[in-house]
Formats: sequence, C-alpha cells, structure tokens
Amino acid sequence: MVLENWKTNRFVFWVMSLPGTFWLVVFFLAPLSLVWILSFGEKTGILTIDITWTFDNYIRSFEAVYLKVIWKSIWISFLATVLCLIIAYPISIAISFAPNKWKPILLLAVILPFWINLLIRTYALIAVLRTRGYVNFTLEWFWDSANAILAFIGLGSFQLLGAEFDALPLLYNDFAVIAGLVYVFMPFMVLPLYANVEKLDKSYLEASLDLGAGHWRTLRSVVIPLTMPGIISGVILVFIPALGTFLIPDLLGGTNAQMIGNVIERQFKAANDWPFGSALSFLLMYVTFGALALRALLSREGGGMDV
Amino acid sequence: MPADTSIQNAAPVGVGPGKRSWWSAKSELGPLDYARRWWMKLFLGVMFAMLYAPIFTLMMFSFNDSKRNVVWKGFTFKYYIKAWNNDSLFLAFTNSLTIAVLSTILSTIIGGMVALTLWRFRFPGKPAYEGFMALPIVVPEICMGVAMLVFFARIGWPAGMPWPLNLSAITIAHVAFSFPFVAVVVRARMSGFNRELEEAAKDLGASEWQTFRDVILPFMKPGLIAGALLAFTLSLDDFVITFFTSGPDTVTFPVKVYSMVRFSVTPEVNAASTLLIVITVIATALAMKIQSPDKGPAH
Repeated sequence: MVLENWKTNRFVFWVMSLPGTFWLVVFFLAPLSLVWILSFGEKTGILTIDITWTFDNYIRSFEAVYLKVIWKSIWISFLATVLCLIIAYPISIAISFAPNKWKPILLLAVILPFWINLLIRTYALIAVLRTRGYVNFTLEWFWDSANAILAFIGLGSFQLLGAEFDALPLLYNDFAVIAGLVYVFMPFMVLPLYANVEKLDKSYLEASLDLGAGHWRTLRSVVIPLTMPGIISGVILVFIPALGTFLIPDLLGGTNAQMIGNVIERQFKAANDWPFGSALSFLLMYVTFGALALRALLSREGGGMDV
Repeated sequence: MPADTSIQNAAPVGVGPGKRSWWSAKSELGPLDYARRWWMKLFLGVMFAMLYAPIFTLMMFSFNDSKRNVVWKGFTFKYYIKAWNNDSLFLAFTNSLTIAVLSTILSTIIGGMVALTLWRFRFPGKPAYEGFMALPIVVPEICMGVAMLVFFARIGWPAGMPWPLNLSAITIAHVAFSFPFVAVVVRARMSGFNRELEEAAKDLGASEWQTFRDVILPFMKPGLIAGALLAFTLSLDDFVITFFTSGPDTVTFPVKVYSMVRFSVTPEVNAASTLLIVITVIATALAMKIQSPDKGPAH
C-alpha cells in the first residue's frame, strides 16, 4: 500500500492536518510548556511569579516531607499493581481457557466498569467501605447472628465476642486507597495479560504437563515466562495511572493517605504555589515517560507486545 | 514465535492417564480445562461479584426509600425527582451535556481530519507527528489538568463571560484530549478502505471534494460515529481535567457530584450517578456495536 506523497497535493494536506496540529500546539503543547517554564519560577507574591530559571523547586521536591510523599505514592502504587497482577492473572487464564462462546461475555464483563465514571466507581466504594457501609453492615449482621446463637446455647452472658460490634476502619486510610486503586485499574491489567495468555501456544502447557511437571510448576516455568510481555505491559499500564492518581486518595484516603497527585493539586488550589506544583507535575511526567520508554524498549527486545 | 509449529508437532496432543493432579482426579476434565474447575469458577464468580457489587448497590439504593442508604426500605423514585429539582445539580448536568455535545462535534471533525491525513499521506517526520498526536492519551491527567488551569489563567479568558461562552475553556480542554482518541478509532476504520475506489473516482473525473463526499465519507461514517460516541463519553466522564479548568460558575456534573460526595453520601447522588452510568454505558455500547466489523453497517 503506497501512501500519497504530501507534496503531490499540498493544499489538501495542509487543510486536513492543520486543525489538529493547531489545536494540539496551542491548547496542549503551549499549556504544558507554560507549566514547564513555571517550574523554574519563583513565587514573589500572592499572585506574582518571576521566572528566574532556578532549580529550587526541583530541589525542594527532594526535601524529606515530599520525598516521603513520593516514596509513599510509589509504594502504594506498587502494592496496588502487585495485587492487581495476583488477581488479574488467574482471571485472564480463566477467560482464555473458557469456552469460546463465553470469552467475549467475560471480557466485556471485565471492560464494562471502565465505561463508568471513575468518580462514581470511587463513590460506590465509599458506600461499601465506610463505617456504616455494606461491609461493616454485613459483618455486624454476622456478629449479631453469632451472638444470638451464643445466647441460644446459653453462652450469651459471657460476651465472648466483645460487648458490642466494632466496625472495621475500612475507609480513610491507606488500605482504602490500595483497594480503590485495585478496584479501578484492574481492567488495565486483565486486558494485556489476557491478550498474551490467549496468544500462548497451549501445546507448550500440554508438553510440560506430559513431561511430568505439575500445574504449579507449569505455571511457574512455562506460562509466566511466556506471558512476560503481557505482565510488563499490565504492570506499567496500572502503575502509571496509579502513581498519578489524585481522586482516589482524595476521596478514600485519610489525611495521611496523601499521594503525589494530591500534593500537586494542593499546590495549585489551596497552597497556591504554582512553581512548586509545576515542578512536581513535571517530575511525574518524566517518570511516566520513563516507564513508557522502558515498555517500548522491552517490547522491542521481547519481539512484539500488542497491548 | 517461529518455533511454535515444530514444537506443536513434536508434542503429543492430550495427556495420558495418571498425570492428573489431586484436584481433578475424580472428574473427566482435560488437564487444560482450567476454566471448568470449580475453584476457578468460584474465583471468577467472587471477582466479578466484587467488581460489580459496589456499582449495583449504588444503582439499587438510588431507588431506596431511606436516607441512610444501608437498609432497603422500599422502592421510590423520589430521589430522582429530588435530583431533578436540585437547581445546581440540574445546571451542572446541562453544562456537562452542552460541553459534551460541543466537544464531540469539534473532536470528531478534527480527529477525522487527522486520521485522514495519517491514512493518506506520507511526509517527513510522520512517526514523530503520530507520537505527538498520541501525547494527550499518555500524559497523566493531573498534569494536563494543571496545564489547562495555568494556561486559561494566563490568557485570562473566558472567565466571567455569559453562559455558553464561559464553558469554552472546558470545551477546549476536552477537545484536546478527545480528538486523538477519535483519530485512533477513525484511522482503524480507514485501514480497511480499498484505495482503488478513491483512484477510480478520481479517474472518472471526480474532484477532490466529490471523492471525499461520495466515496471516502460513506466508508468513514461508522468510524466517525464510533469516535463521536467515544468523545461524548470521554467528555461527559472527565473529572480530573475539568476539575482544574472549571470555575465557580462553570461546574460540570462530575465536579458537582464530587463536591456532593465530599459532603456526604446521599441517595440523591446515587440517583444522579445512576443516570450518568446509564447514559455512558449506552453511548459506549452503541459505539462498540457500530465499530465492530461484523455487526456495524459496514459499507
């Protein structure tokens, strides 16, 4: 398929490419460049910022307070990614080995929550996790039932289960943030894993089982190495948005469950320190591009990573 | 993987008896029928239940006749009526729809043109241009959000303008992250186009515009519709970027829900959320149906 050289029809080429280029340069590249320039600025008053080309904002990002936040963001995102991987791997294997007529339905079931607003999904989790939420409500019901049974068999007066039901603190802490990240970003992990497990030549597994390896050994030495591109893809696809997330820790996390996204948001809204916020945004962006470059590099070495 | 075929031939298909693990000993399952094992089914069932339970309870309790949101007290529509009569919520919804419609129209036109450029022409620096066009898809949302905040604060526009115009900042931001998605969808559609049709049309004397209108556009249409629905959903759903771009008088639906959620969990929010879920799921389902090659109106 030979594409037309742009020189043969310059007028059409310019007319068709100009709106998109214009929009992206003016309303995307220019704003980002502005943030980049601001990140070398100095705040001189409430509303005035001098561009002094200082690196102070970047140096400040490595102060203990912010280093701790960055470290915590990385740690929480890492935990969420690992949990996603542990949960998504069996799901993708199950979908891949399911009967053909079930596959699209199961895949659709994984993707469907994607279409639902992130905010609403997070909000739905609040209703589940809060002190008077459905999880604690269910637990309380079990507690009441257990107490009733104890009372019935004559042990009611000993208060074996404590004087009253203690609701589990499931919301407004790091646990809630990790649960929220896993809940929201799970499809990002399932899709690349599924694409790789599906592509996997199943006769390798048969050969491995045939040669005496157990299911666990087959999984460890055959399936996982062969689906490594999918694992790497999924890990990066979950880790990057998890690292930059702002909404989930904001709504589900407590006052100490702050991630880098929340710190950036605070600099631009409440704290009103745009230069510092800009520096943090660009650090986040560099990490993102680094991860994407790593993925591209690994995919080139691994030879073909579709998702 | 070039080694596939040789191994496939060398390995006997199917596994002999005696190799079964303890958990499949009493069934007639093949060794690779993982999906049919009960523990796998149980696992899948539990996972899907956990994935959907929060959303379903949210939708269910929007019909619950109780303020406390925990115990089912009976069916009611009153929170929908309440949400409808909540002026600021209604205005936010109108704002969101207005922005989504405007952004969809612009994104579809711009994205379609970009897709056609990339599909039709070769030009120096094309890979870099393609990477540039994909940039809004990969940049972290919060970075794009703050960039929009800084940009519109800097140019001092359109703050304080009358109603539809004050939404233009959000609309512009939405177009910036939507049209690359439209371009991807439309380009995927165009890759199935037979270029000879275009050449034939031009050979037969059709002008550039006539060829576009009568040959290319009809083929593009499913891709354009799918892209438009995608842009609509993206715009309607976006919270993070809108949150940074919106001002006190330009609150969109997700931003409004956010402030309500921060305040408390109420059935009214459930009702509003359910409405948004239904709208976006229908739009995306339509987009997928149109986009899929076997079901969509292909030619």
